[in-house]
Amino acid sequence: MGRRLKIVIFSLVGVTLVVAFIFLASGMSPASFFQHLLNALQWGSFYALIALGYSMVYGVLMLFNFAHGDIFMVGAYIGWGIATGLVALGMRGILPLPNWLILVLTILLAMFFTSFVGMLVERVGYRPLREAPRASAAITGLMIGIILETGNLALLGAQRRNFPSLIKTQTYHLGPVTVTNVKIMIVFLSLLLMFGLHQFVRRTKWGMAMRAMAYDFVVVPLMGVPMNTIAALTFGLGSALAAAAGIFFGIAYPVLEPYMGILVGWKAFVAAILGGRGSILGAALAGFLLGFIEIFVAAIFPSTLRDVIAYSIILLILTFRPHGFFGEPYSARLRL
Amino acid sequence: MPLLQVKNMTHFFGGLRAVHNYNLAIEPGQVRGLIGPNGAGKTTIFNLITGIYRPTEGEIILDGKNLVGFQPYEIAAMGIGRTFQNLRLWRHLTVLEHVKLARYSKIRYGLIGALFGTAERYREEAEIEERAYRLLEMMGIHHVANQVVINLPYGTQRKVEMARALASEPKLLLLDEPTAGMNPEELTEMVQVIRQIRDELGLAIFLIEHRMKVVMDLCETIQTLDFGEVIAEGTPEEIRSNPRVIDAYLGKEGVA
Repeated sequence: MGRRLKIVIFSLVGVTLVVAFIFLASGMSPASFFQHLLNALQWGSFYALIALGYSMVYGVLMLFNFAHGDIFMVGAYIGWGIATGLVALGMRGILPLPNWLILVLTILLAMFFTSFVGMLVERVGYRPLREAPRASAAITGLMIGIILETGNLALLGAQRRNFPSLIKTQTYHLGPVTVTNVKIMIVFLSLLLMFGLHQFVRRTKWGMAMRAMAYDFVVVPLMGVPMNTIAALTFGLGSALAAAAGIFFGIAYPVLEPYMGILVGWKAFVAAILGGRGSILGAALAGFLLGFIEIFVAAIFPSTLRDVIAYSIILLILTFRPHGFFGEPYSARLRL
Repeated sequence: MPLLQVKNMTHFFGGLRAVHNYNLAIEPGQVRGLIGPNGAGKTTIFNLITGIYRPTEGEIILDGKNLVGFQPYEIAAMGIGRTFQNLRLWRHLTVLEHVKLARYSKIRYGLIGALFGTAERYREEAEIEERAYRLLEMMGIHHVANQVVINLPYGTQRKVEMARALASEPKLLLLDEPTAGMNPEELTEMVQVIRQIRDELGLAIFLIEHRMKVVMDLCETIQTLDFGEVIAEGTPEEIRSNPRVIDAYLGKEGVA
């Protein structure tokens, strides 16, 4: 436990130093610097929430769910459906709810329903392949992703959807710095969810079973633990977090389209690798780091160069640390 | 009625007959041994009893209930605990977590209780912890309860595995070479621990073992397996002097 604390402190100190260095080197004004910092936190929380799903599933089942980015998309759409429906009901006077309650319901219900989408993907796509070579599972994941994208296209059409604005953006001026309530809320709720996941994995019997499965899953059923339930739960949890990310994304950038999950999903996958396969803490930290790198690269260089430079930096990090921040070389464990 | 009864169990791996017409009956409080050369099918029998493999033919009856067709986790929950030939611990979990997780099937709290931390859940959690500590004390490993198992010495890890197998309160304990790789001191201690488990918990123990001294000391009756078939069954003395056993397994020096 002391070791974990040390890691967190070191990472925080490291990030602070890097950020301070960027601040000094870029010659930004403190106000615009802080603005970027907040954007980076918000942007990073999307990556972190999605990366957690990749990492958890890998840690428990040793496979990457390549449909995970599309589950983020599905989550965003389910959230959109619930929010739009509730708003419409309110306007017709059938079920008038205050906006904050609609938001809370949207987040909770979308997480709930999307977790079932994730469990369905596990049941139909991955469980039959548990003994198959890992490449089969990867290919299945890609196909499930395509099915989810085109299924959405078939169901809802190619038209983009606007996420209803449920909270009025308020801007607070703290001296030269401006913050919006939306960003604060997104970052706060993301951190809250990550903390919740941490507690779940550490303190409940299911979390304990997930961690045990990461080390030796042959033994787990022999101790009376239903492995399939735990596998489904892992997918469900990861998908619920992706749904939360999808809704937050919809609130921050209110345009949804069926292919929105692809690039974000791949980048979150990079974050999961960067954090160390199977490491929950690593995935969260790497998600935020990715957000920082992208936002600050875009702030300093022309924005068309953003991903080229950002991902070159990450490639460089992975060259020196191929197993990521907290991954073990040649093995993958769910560690927390 | 015996606690566990295996009737005419046969198992094929493809065309290979791994176990043939195997029978067993264990009463509560009995310690029985299973010996035989490598590849005789000893661990396969354990895997059949615990539901990892489904027997091609035969019945496995625990407390009057046929186990064939049940999932391993269900069979474990019905009261069969097990340890492994090679240590199979969850390397970065603590000793206490091993024991707690093995009580999974006995933990009643649901998702709601876990999320909202109801009083009931805390009470249950406290009870689980207390039982776990009692078990660890019995095994003499309570002082390392909060340590990660990978850092513990080998003999202690063996005891952790035993404690984990006992945590779900099994009626039958299957031990697959409990003293493999142990030094003489650890060995003596392990034999004492197994006796203590039998005396204090009163459960039935079925063990695979290669060290003849251990089997002869502990077991009331012993089965000898060769090519998946029981070639001899009896008291340690009978087994020791059985010519077929000497031929197939013990060899001339093993008799001593």
